[in-house]
Amino acid sequence: MAKIVAGVGTSHTPAIGAALDNGKSGEPYWAPVFKGYEKAKEWMARTKPDVVIMIYNDHVNAFDFKIIPTFAIGCGAEFPIADEGWGPRPVPVVKGHPELASHIVQSLVLDEFDMTIVNELQVDHGLTVPMSLLFGQPKEWPARVIPLAVNVVQYPAPTGHRCYMLGKAIKKAIESWDEDLKVVIFGTGGLSHQIQGPRAGLVNTKFDTDFLDDLSRNPQRLVDLPPLEYLRDAGNEAIEMVMWLTMRGALGHKVEEVYRFYHVPASSTAVGSIILEAR
Amino acid sequence: MAKKQEAYEDIPGTWVFDAQRARQGYHLNQFLYSLMKAENRKEFLADERKYLLKFPMTEEQREAVMQRAWNRLLELGGVSYALAKLAFTDGKSYQFMASQMVGVPEKDYVDMMLKGGRSVEGWRSKKERGEA
Repeated sequence: MAKIVAGVGTSHTPAIGAALDNGKSGEPYWAPVFKGYEKAKEWMARTKPDVVIMIYNDHVNAFDFKIIPTFAIGCGAEFPIADEGWGPRPVPVVKGHPELASHIVQSLVLDEFDMTIVNELQVDHGLTVPMSLLFGQPKEWPARVIPLAVNVVQYPAPTGHRCYMLGKAIKKAIESWDEDLKVVIFGTGGLSHQIQGPRAGLVNTKFDTDFLDDLSRNPQRLVDLPPLEYLRDAGNEAIEMVMWLTMRGALGHKVEEVYRFYHVPASSTAVGSIILEAR
Repeated sequence: MAKKQEAYEDIPGTWVFDAQRARQGYHLNQFLYSLMKAENRKEFLADERKYLLKFPMTEEQREAVMQRAWNRLLELGGVSYALAKLAFTDGKSYQFMASQMVGVPEKDYVDMMLKGGRSVEGWRSKKERGEA
C-alpha cells in the first residue's frame, strides 16, 4: 500500500530560486534562508520519498486567463520548466507519475472533487523553488512528482475547508494504491505577504506563528478561517496559505512537528517552513 | 442591478483581483502574458502603442501601460503576476515594481522589508483610516 508519511509546508518565493541559481546563496541577505533549510534538507535526504505530491499554484505561466482551473492535476510523464520571462530555471525536468496521478484523478472525482486533468504542464517557481529548498541542486530530482495546481490568483481561491477536504480525499486515494510507495505531500506558498498596491510589503509575524502552531495544535481553527482574514491580516497574496491545509488534511488526525523555520524577508515575503510527520 | 460592496473592498491600498476585475482586465492581462516570449517583448518595446493596438483593451488601459501607472493598472483589472512581466520587460525587478506601487524609492522599500516589513496596524480598514 502507498502511504503519505509526512507533509512539508514551505514558501515558494521566486527570488529564493533566483538567488540559488545565480550563486548568491552565501550572500548575507540570503545565507539565513538557506541555512534555515539545512535541517529540512537533511530530513528529506533521510526520508527518501518515492513520490512527492506538490500542492502549489501557477503564477500566470502555465495558465493564462483563457481557462482558470480551481484544482488542476498534472498527469503527464514529464513537466518542463516554464520560462517566466527571464529564461527557465536551470533545474532538472520534473518527472511525473502518470499511473498514480490517473488513479488519484479517478478517486478524487468519485469523491466529488471536480479535477481538471492536465496532460501537458509547464511548472513555474511555485513548484520548483520548494523542490530546490528541500532537495538541493541534484542532476536529477530523486523523487517523482505529481503537481496539483490550485487557483489562488483570481479571487476567490477555494476555501480552507475545501482545501483541507481535498487533502483528506488525496490520503484516501493514495491508500487505495496497491504498491509500496513512500509519499510526501507539500503545501506551498505564503507566508504573510502582499506584493501589490500601496500596502505592498505587509508582513504579519503573529498571524504566521499562530498558523504554524495551529497546523498541529488546532487545525480546525485554520480550516474555519475565512478568506477575508488572510487578505486583510496577512496580505493579499497570503491566501496561498490555504494550500498548506490540503497538505495538513492528507496527514490524518495525529501529526508530530519535526522541523520549523521562519524568516523575514525574502524579497517581499515572510518565509516559513514546517515538516509534520503522520502518526 | 449592481452587486453589493464586498467586505474585502474595505482593505486599504489593495485591489483584490476578483471575478469582476478579472473580466475587466482580461485583454490587458492577455497582453501582459504575451510578454513571456522574447520576440513579443522586442516587438512591444520597438513600438508600444502599435503592439498594444493588437489587443482589444480600453484606451485607458493602453495609456496606463505606456505610463507604467502600476496602481492604475491594478485598478483597471491587471493582476500583479502578469504586471511583473511588464516590469521584467523593462529590465526592472519585482521589488522595483512594488516600490513604485507603494510610492517610495526601491531602496526604501527594500529597507522596510529588511526591518521586518510593513505592520498590519493601521492597514486593516479603509473606514478606520478615514478613506471610506
